[in-house]
Amino acid sequence: MQDDRDAFAKRLAEARARSGLDKPDKAGGKPGPSPWGFGMRAGLEVVSALIVGVAIGFGLDRWLGTWPWLFLLFFVVGAAAGIMNVYRLFTPRTGVRRD
Amino acid sequence: MAAEGNAIDALGQFELKTALGPIGASVGFTQSNLHMIFAAVLIVGFMVYAMQRAAMVPGRMQSLAEATYGFIDSMVLSQIGPEGRRFFPFVFTLFMFILFGNMLGLFPYAFTFTSHITVTFALAMIVFVLITAVAIVLHGKKFFGYFMPEGAPMWLAPVIIPVEIVSYMSRPISLSVRLFANMMAGHVMLKVFATFVVMLAGLGAVGPFLSIMPLALNIALVAFEVLVAFLQAYVFAILTCIYLHDAVHLH
Repeated sequence: MQDDRDAFAKRLAEARARSGLDKPDKAGGKPGPSPWGFGMRAGLEVVSALIVGVAIGFGLDRWLGTWPWLFLLFFVVGAAAGIMNVYRLFTPRTGVRRD
Repeated sequence: MAAEGNAIDALGQFELKTALGPIGASVGFTQSNLHMIFAAVLIVGFMVYAMQRAAMVPGRMQSLAEATYGFIDSMVLSQIGPEGRRFFPFVFTLFMFILFGNMLGLFPYAFTFTSHITVTFALAMIVFVLITAVAIVLHGKKFFGYFMPEGAPMWLAPVIIPVEIVSYMSRPISLSVRLFANMMAGHVMLKVFATFVVMLAGLGAVGPFLSIMPLALNIALVAFEVLVAFLQAYVFAILTCIYLHDAVHLH
């Protein structure tokens, strides 16, 4: 009886492999992020960091009257933060770390 | 309404108008606020009605409510960890509010309150203030060590700390702009193609047949917008969970 069941499972697996039914199970089980969506996300991370950097620089300059030096400095800082954000986007997160 | 003087008015749908007659006008109560209240009432009504019987074998509504509950519960558990359970009410409320706001906007004559940056930015700031408060309450002064990664040389601190602070502060911006841009772009596209339908239909004898093309595209777009509405609520919720994880574990 047990052999029969195994044999059937084997034949089913073979038949599925022959007609290519198993492929979407492996590849499309969990749809990964589309390249477009991922690109938009990366771009958004850079732009939002730039917005924050420019806003801080602009505000400090208006307060201290040092236009345009702090603006330029924080523009670079914002760009660096944006690149950092994108770098974090690419480094795989390992979920919850128990440490 | 759609094509007046052959102009495509794609942004008129986002205009705020006061609702509820003279009472609403006097206090600046807009249709956006009305839809927020409507969404809140719908969510509460849905959850209360679905869980009224709390049957052992759930009916349709109850299994829907349990599915959304379980969906957010497993997200919170897997992203934040067991200690993240106490943030479940917050994440669940946020997810349902955004989901219902996005979905409500797809109905005719409805207003999408998540297509306004002020609304999404306010939601993102709530998240930002919460994650900062949680991190400071849980870790005290050690929270400020978050901006200086361990192992980095000390002389790099003047460079790393501003960059990390700006990176941290960019979180609410990217969170709010993502939701707002997605919702607004979708509704602008729907409006533009809907205007094409009307404009082409008025093009003599062949017009009605030509206008089938943008109409078909719009039907596909509506289906796509349903996906986007769910996906953006999901993305907002999961990013909130990731930020809460950072706040709880400080890494």
